[in-house]
Amino acid sequence: MGFFDRLKEGLSKTRKGFTEKIEQLVTGYAQIDEEFLEDLEAVLLSADVGIQTTGSLLADIRQAIKAKQIETPEQLTPFLRERISALLAGGEDAQPHAGEGPVVIMVVGVNGVGKTTTIGKLAHYYRDQGQKVMLAAGDTFRAAAIDQLEIWGQRGGAEIVKHSAGSDPAAVAFDAVQAARARKADLLIIDTAGRLHTKSNLMEELKKVHRVIARELPGAPHEVLLVLDGTTGQNALSQARLFKEAVQVSGVVVTKLDGTAKGGVIVAIRAELGLPVKWIGVGEGMDDLRPFVAEDFAEALFADK
Amino acid sequence: MVFEGLADKLQNTFKKLRGRGKLTESDVTEALREVRMALLEADVNFKVVKDFIARVKERAVGQDVLESLTPAQQVVKIVNDELTALMGGTQSRIAIASRPPTVIMLVGLQGAGKTTTAGKLAHFLKKQNKRPLLVAADIYRPAAIKQLQVLGEQLEMPVFTLGDQETPVTIAKKAIDHANAYARDVVIIDTAGRLHINAELMDELKAVKQTVRPHEILLVVDAMTGQDAVTVAEAFHGELGLDGVILTKLDGDARGGAALSVKAVTGCPIKFAGMGEKLDALEPFHPDRMASRILGMGDVLSFIEKAQSAIDIEQAQAMEKKLRKDDFTLDDFLDQLQQVKKLGPLDQLLGMLPGMGNLKKMQGMEFDDKQFKQIEAIIQSMTKKERRDPAILNGSRRKRIAVGSGTRVQDVNRLLKQFAEARKMMKKMQGMQKNGKKGGFKLPFMR
Repeated sequence: MGFFDRLKEGLSKTRKGFTEKIEQLVTGYAQIDEEFLEDLEAVLLSADVGIQTTGSLLADIRQAIKAKQIETPEQLTPFLRERISALLAGGEDAQPHAGEGPVVIMVVGVNGVGKTTTIGKLAHYYRDQGQKVMLAAGDTFRAAAIDQLEIWGQRGGAEIVKHSAGSDPAAVAFDAVQAARARKADLLIIDTAGRLHTKSNLMEELKKVHRVIARELPGAPHEVLLVLDGTTGQNALSQARLFKEAVQVSGVVVTKLDGTAKGGVIVAIRAELGLPVKWIGVGEGMDDLRPFVAEDFAEALFADK
Repeated sequence: MVFEGLADKLQNTFKKLRGRGKLTESDVTEALREVRMALLEADVNFKVVKDFIARVKERAVGQDVLESLTPAQQVVKIVNDELTALMGGTQSRIAIASRPPTVIMLVGLQGAGKTTTAGKLAHFLKKQNKRPLLVAADIYRPAAIKQLQVLGEQLEMPVFTLGDQETPVTIAKKAIDHANAYARDVVIIDTAGRLHINAELMDELKAVKQTVRPHEILLVVDAMTGQDAVTVAEAFHGELGLDGVILTKLDGDARGGAALSVKAVTGCPIKFAGMGEKLDALEPFHPDRMASRILGMGDVLSFIEKAQSAIDIEQAQAMEKKLRKDDFTLDDFLDQLQQVKKLGPLDQLLGMLPGMGNLKKMQGMEFDDKQFKQIEAIIQSMTKKERRDPAILNGSRRKRIAVGSGTRVQDVNRLLKQFAEARKMMKKMQGMQKNGKKGGFKLPFMR
């Protein structure tokens, strides 16, 4: 199965929830009136696009109607596709690179979004590209998180640096950076324990890990990925905002998009915080973590069945 | 704090309403539009919001409301009532089987927090003198079994596992036999997470259900879930028939609209709420209290319950005696601080008190647990004599204490001032008690 087909299949639920509803709307109305727009608002809101972004999309549509760019409901789909694609584009294909020594990627997020799994898949992806990948088991808090990463490391063919459970995550990061340099790894991916963005002490701990990495390897971490659960609602914005403040998040990974989640929150995050989505997870398999391409995503969202 | 954003918004809206003596229908419509926005931003399901607004409006624009003396408060009351009803009316408990073991099956999406919740639930039941058995039936996620085993060790509770080679059905079945043989009266089955679109795994859950006939099937839902919460709950309810819901990660700033939606759509009551990372951070869910909390009316009942469970009665009585005799020392102050600390994070506590939800945001008012640590360090850096009689603390002693506790002299001074004020306040409170009021729970540092 080709890449695009896989993406399309993974997003089929998303498409059902979102695009098909819009299609139904479009065919259900002969002309655009207030009632139509109200229904459209409902579709956008129930896709987790969020009240603010929905508002601005609707304003765009109203303006386009005024300017006679949209005259019939059928013209709405291409217009929306273009708007969403434009909203999402920019910065998603920037690959992290380091001048000297390993590229360091730090992975952060709240509990249960799929950080460890994402790391396993990232390791697999980069290893397929011929890179030597190392992992750091920085989640020393959750029971058995280290074991989980170890299993992923074996599957993805990556060496792992670990301490015992309960040890200082910054110390793990320190050792991992040293080891990655000594063993001449191309890429080091550092796991961190899931934490709610509102717990100030835990966010301080995260900042410390970030500081230690930066001190040991100037310029690192070259990428800080925030992992978001695709089913998360408007709270994702708050998560993105606070993690960005704490550790300069440079990109977002959205997981679990193959559920019924509509992933509309991606649009909200890009529009309101300017954080590029870099990876999306569309399935449970090793290859189901994909680099995010705004155009393809919008295309797949609106593609025919 | 939970629902904070929603609470603030509704409060603001109704503050505007309260400013008027009389309301017109359009006033109410205007206010309800803001309620609608607030609920949507809180991730309450779109359809649920629509119905909710319609119901409130129908009641709120009735003649007797608009013409009553306090129309705004009437509207608040209606919103409050409807919110409570939406979240399930009264508190609902876990059904304990008349013939043990009671079998509880936890289901839910990946990452919702099933395994952690299984541990918390076991801890909760253990405190009620039950003898739970944890069952590791998640054979797919790497290290899921290990995670439950570690939790079991921490809780000193048996965990039943057959590794990841047996089917969940076999594991569940043998777990029940094991429970019967070893007199465990509650069996908590942790199942694999799924994206609920996976028919294969859903069938497996159904097979487990048919084999062990659980008394309770509880869906674990992440409070941060968006509009999808309803779809998820509906799917699980349709396939398995849920008995209740456990909401997790409510200690973040998620507004928890999922809580409102799930009950409304499936009719399943929310039975527990996960409020933190520690294993004792699982609380029975009180819909009525939560509704009050959303509207900023405070959750005094939960506060009192927390205080009762954490405060040592004997110690409190000894303290009262000391107060009477007026020899309340810095040591006692430290004791009290430690008692308060047992209640949980300060910001959560404050959120439960009426009006305090907003107070927290005032500038310069930072209720950080770190301050506790600082005070502890300062007092612990004093000699016994100094703690008994702070009057002897001269400049050089203060300097030594500051160095010893890693703080500045100003911090030491501030603490001493606070302590002096606390003593003064306690004397006043004593006076009040003598006038016939019974001694309650005191917070010396709250001014």
